[in-house]
Amino acid sequence: MSPEMVMHGSDRKELIAFRIGSQEFCVDIQSVREIRGWTPATPLPHSPGFVRGVINLRGAVLPVVDLAARLGLRSTEPTARHVIIVSRIGAQLVGLLVDAVSDILTVTDDTLQPTPHVAYDAERAFVKGLLPVDGRLISLVSLDRILPDQAEAA
Amino acid sequence: MDPLASIKITFFQECEEQLAELETGLLTMKDGETDPETVNAVFRAVHSIKGGAGAFSLTELVRFAHVFETVLDEMRAGRLAPDGRILDVMLRAADVLADLVRAARDGGTVDEDRCQALIAELGALTGVQEAAVDDGFLDLDFAPITVSVDVGEEPEPAAAAGLEMAEGAPAAEKLVVAFRPRAALYAKANEPAVLLRELASLGRAEITLDASSLPQLDELEPEAAYLHWVATVETDDEAAIREVFDFVEGDCELSIARVPDDCEPVAARQPPVDEAETAGELDIKALIARATGGATQTAAAAQAAPAAQVISLRDHPARAPDMSARKEDGHAVAAASPTIRVDLERVDRLIDLVGELVINQAMLAQRVLESGLARSSGIAVGLDDLELLTREIQDSVMAIRAQPVKSVFQRMPRLVREVAHATGKQVRLVVEGEGTEVDKTVIERLTDPITHMIRNAIDHGLEPPERRIEVGKPAEGVVRLSALHRSGRIVIEVADDGGGINRTRVRQIAVDKGLISPDANLSDEETDNLIFMPGFSTAETISDISGRGVGMDVVRRSIQALGGRISIASRPGQGSTFTLSLPLTLAVLDGMVVSVGGQTFVLPITTVMETLQPKPTEVRRLEGSVPLLLVRDRYVPILDVGHRLGYRAGPIEPTEGVVLLVEGEDGRSAALLVESILGQRQVVIKSLEANYQRVPGIAAATILGDGRVALILDVDAVISGPTSEPALAETRLLAAG
Repeated sequence: MSPEMVMHGSDRKELIAFRIGSQEFCVDIQSVREIRGWTPATPLPHSPGFVRGVINLRGAVLPVVDLAARLGLRSTEPTARHVIIVSRIGAQLVGLLVDAVSDILTVTDDTLQPTPHVAYDAERAFVKGLLPVDGRLISLVSLDRILPDQAEAA
Repeated sequence: MDPLASIKITFFQECEEQLAELETGLLTMKDGETDPETVNAVFRAVHSIKGGAGAFSLTELVRFAHVFETVLDEMRAGRLAPDGRILDVMLRAADVLADLVRAARDGGTVDEDRCQALIAELGALTGVQEAAVDDGFLDLDFAPITVSVDVGEEPEPAAAAGLEMAEGAPAAEKLVVAFRPRAALYAKANEPAVLLRELASLGRAEITLDASSLPQLDELEPEAAYLHWVATVETDDEAAIREVFDFVEGDCELSIARVPDDCEPVAARQPPVDEAETAGELDIKALIARATGGATQTAAAAQAAPAAQVISLRDHPARAPDMSARKEDGHAVAAASPTIRVDLERVDRLIDLVGELVINQAMLAQRVLESGLARSSGIAVGLDDLELLTREIQDSVMAIRAQPVKSVFQRMPRLVREVAHATGKQVRLVVEGEGTEVDKTVIERLTDPITHMIRNAIDHGLEPPERRIEVGKPAEGVVRLSALHRSGRIVIEVADDGGGINRTRVRQIAVDKGLISPDANLSDEETDNLIFMPGFSTAETISDISGRGVGMDVVRRSIQALGGRISIASRPGQGSTFTLSLPLTLAVLDGMVVSVGGQTFVLPITTVMETLQPKPTEVRRLEGSVPLLLVRDRYVPILDVGHRLGYRAGPIEPTEGVVLLVEGEDGRSAALLVESILGQRQVVIKSLEANYQRVPGIAAATILGDGRVALILDVDAVISGPTSEPALAETRLLAAG
């Protein structure tokens, strides 16, 4: 189920919030499979900078995307305290490298506000909308286009 | 899934098996095999297809199978000698039958004229009037028969007597009717009681119910058919009996046998098995087992075992006593070990899990080693045992996916017939080693290359018959298809005894097409290998047979995609041999582990010809090109893997690393420069595409003992890139951008 569909439903939805630098983002909890600590990734040749490489997820090869770099922020220098959010995008599993997981939110779809045009272009491409929660502003990330498409990778 | 649909799928799967058996049988008969069991096997195959087709109302198929079966039955009865001409007709009939099965399965139509022509041909063999054939088999006038049933291994005198009586039996007054409704009969709202009552009206009848197939209540499938009846009717009017069952003919197993008055009812001579069970035991039990759901082939096979002792009385009467058939039946059942059908996904999941187990075990071993435990400690010893066990499990699991290449090879006789027919050449196909096993995925992808190579062998390899006679060879050419295991790989050879490669012509074509320069100095071997070049085709005219815009280069590429190699050996006037060498599985790979740009990489060991440490004197530099390495008087380009993959801005000095001499797709070699060789090991191949996408230069990934992902190098992709420095720099930039 894509986050978009979830947000358009009338019932309450749970989201996982995480930090990248000073900003907070969130993704639909339905798409999250597990959260694990950072392990060094094997870099892939000819891949865009935001693809950190691949790691071994219990025998499966899992690509890890540096979400900060993907959103057009500075790239992450991962340490043992960084986390990988393992998410399902379509039929694929993808690891999202973020600074830390901060919260689990329960929201209704009317909470979501459209992304203002002041946002950075790259960021706007992946942010579905904004959620004001307890005075914080959390961006809802759409995962659909997180992986590079073939043309981008080659 | 709708149960009928799933039964139908099983039916078509079985049809494929039956068709294979049919063809194999006919071919062995053509080779002069006279074992009556072969005829029986062939008959059974056609019969089973007909039976199943009837259940699914596939009229066309039933009609054709019936005519076919009639001829086979004549042969089985010894009234028709299987000579070469008749077998040719039958082989073509088998082809049409296969087409009909596939048309019924996948939709589409079959060449009606061809079908009709063969029906006529088959009809002519038995002397059956075509009109009768056209009316369908329901109206066929069945001759009364006698069946002798015997459980002993040796033909007993009594059975022999039965045989005699069968041949010249005077009309007797009792007929034994075995009636076994299929589920479809009930589904069409027919009532056996009504039929049996009608049967009883024909004469004094003794009807007995056999409920022995009735399963336990918890296994009972409400809509399946379990009951069957045996009636001894005092009448000699078999046609009248058939009439009773006219409306349910396709939906039941029906057999009518004549019981001579002075002979004990056949059942008496086979105490262990109820007579009623004789009716198509094997098919029915297997069907029931499947229809009842959850039951596997094993169960079916186990249930089918009693069939070994009984003669099959099918809905189509056996016209002669058939003791050998039964005996051989027993043989067949005993020889074929029970099998199960398993969803491929389950097997793959198991293979994945075992792969993880192996990795985990390796990780554990490494940890134990690091912890400083003595090698003689209980833990270390136990771990060694565990390693042996995991390897064994891995091998066994891999063996589940292994299948004999037979499934590919058995499609070839038909191909050979068709190509031979189309080219007007006489060809004999010799198949060897079809029991050689290889991974299912490899098998699936072997069909096209082998098909292509065989077409080529006939179309381009073999000379026309006149030409062969001129040069003193038999008019019939031989194409040999063989498979064998050699050092952990499967080797498949396609050899012909034709004229061999015409090197002058090949060279001329290559020059004409601009593939080589006119003054190129090529060895015989290099010339032969030109046929693998893209865009090369030796056929003077593009024929339907092998010229479909693809050539041997496509074969070569598809073989290489499987991690295999293809080579050719040709001797003028004596023929050519194409040799394929393929890994036994696509799930594991013997790899050389190397260090590239600080990363661990794996190269398929089959691509590595040689490893060496270059000396400064062996390296030559040319302006605007990658450095060249002098290896035995030849210069090969040195390609820095780390640089080419973009791990390093510039190449390292060749003398600082180790080079691996590899040979790529087009036969050209290169020296891959890596920092160091770390070792050699078997790795489990993991897909990169499953969760990510194809990465240029990378074939797949694997997980090493330390739990980290290592990439498997796509050697062809790495060496087929540009070899001049500026071009290389450009690609790298493009890749980075």
